[in-house]
Amino acid sequence: MCLGIPGQITAVTDADRQMAMADVSGVKREVNVACVVKGAMEDLIGKWVLIHVGFAMSVIDEDEAAKTLEALRGLGEAQETLEAMAQGAAALEGRQ
Amino acid sequence: MKYTDEFRDPVAAKGLLDQIATVVDQIGATADSPVHIMEICGGHTHAIFRYGLDKLTPPGIEFIHGPGCPVCVLPMSRVDECVQLAEDPRVIFTTFGDAMRVPGTRKSLMQAKAEGADIRMVYSPLDALELARRNPDREVVFFGLGFETTTPSTALSIQAAAREGLGNFSVFCNHITVPPPIKVLLDDPHMILDGFVGPGHVSMVIGTHPYDFIAQDYGKPIVVAGFEPLDLLQSVLMVLEQIRDGRAEVENQYARIVPEHGNPVSLAAIADVYEPRPSFEWRGLGEIDASGLRIRDRYARFDAEVKFGIGYAAGPRVVQEPEGCECGAVMTGRMKPVQCPQFGTGCTPEMPLGALMVSSEGACAAYYQYGGARAAEPAT
Ligand code: SF4
Repeated sequence: MCLGIPGQITAVTDADRQMAMADVSGVKREVNVACVVKGAMEDLIGKWVLIHVGFAMSVIDEDEAAKTLEALRGLGEAQETLEAMAQGAAALEGRQ
Repeated sequence: MKYTDEFRDPVAAKGLLDQIATVVDQIGATADSPVHIMEICGGHTHAIFRYGLDKLTPPGIEFIHGPGCPVCVLPMSRVDECVQLAEDPRVIFTTFGDAMRVPGTRKSLMQAKAEGADIRMVYSPLDALELARRNPDREVVFFGLGFETTTPSTALSIQAAAREGLGNFSVFCNHITVPPPIKVLLDDPHMILDGFVGPGHVSMVIGTHPYDFIAQDYGKPIVVAGFEPLDLLQSVLMVLEQIRDGRAEVENQYARIVPEHGNPVSLAAIADVYEPRPSFEWRGLGEIDASGLRIRDRYARFDAEVKFGIGYAAGPRVVQEPEGCECGAVMTGRMKPVQCPQFGTGCTPEMPLGALMVSSEGACAAYYQYGGARAAEPAT
């Protein structure tokens, strides 16, 4: 929960709410980008960000993203976060 | 040095460990008279145990595991209040999965869910907002938990709910801040602390200046660190060099992520939605002045404490600890997890008695997961 996970922004989903789609280790997840957007939302597409509980908190480069992901995998935290994302999706559909 | 095999860059790890050994010698620290370094963040505690950094570094370094795991410092009374909220038939109670097994006086959220309470484990407060949109006839309460890293997420969610007029969304706010408990520990005459490894992701939000008091008022070094094992070794080395040179500064090893002044959007959202509480209870540490946040009056309709009349809104509180639990002593570094009589018998990750056993970031759970196997191996 406390450690962020890297993801790559793939699309803008709701500019008013500052929401974008991110690819997190192959999982698609909508995230809020209010803390990292500077200028046009579209400029974020293709960028790597550090995502904490659904909020992009920092723009990072690809190398940093890869290193962070490896560290998270070593700690078992990457898997935990992906499971939490799946749980969140299930909760919305009342499947818990 | 067999564990260095596991490092992404074993050569770099070996080099750092050699430098650490040299500086420890220069300081003259030994197993009998070690330097005490506290890693504040639970993520760091987890990484230290996972990579065996406590065993790889010389015996002249003693790691003290700090209070930086939000699940571990959650007091029993707050868990009880969560259960009370969750058992209200109007409520859909949403929480991070990490909090489900924290023991309360009567039961944990896990037990409450098994008994029929509508508790949903979510990944993000955004999921809770969406549940509120989809269930206008229910009250959706989000269990806001965590340090400065997660605080912006609930602040921005409350702002969004206000903009949308989502009257059925509220946050049970348990956000806490890193600097106040550090000050309490530094003021404790029984604590020996020679330096700190500072939290990386918290600092990404708040920057490095909130730690100035550690260097300026207490004369102790602190190095803000990333959580890769090499980051940690580098940071420990930087702390040791400061100690050797008689310096006390705030240094930033994780500058690639941590801006000196933090993240301005996050800080603005936090300041708009939250204000410090007079005091807040920490498991094992008791009430600490100005260590928790409450929702400002202008957002009171999104404050579950006000809405449901519980928690600090309900009046004076009693501090409780589970019986037979040494969490407080472990949290303040006075006792190692294995010295707690409950460790591994009355208290395991499957059936935790104390909160330090619940999350992988808790010192007891980390010891349990990695400490046992390693302790059995011959020293290298
Ligand atoms: S072993 Fe359990 S009861 Fe003992 S200090 Fe750790 S968490 Fe608390």
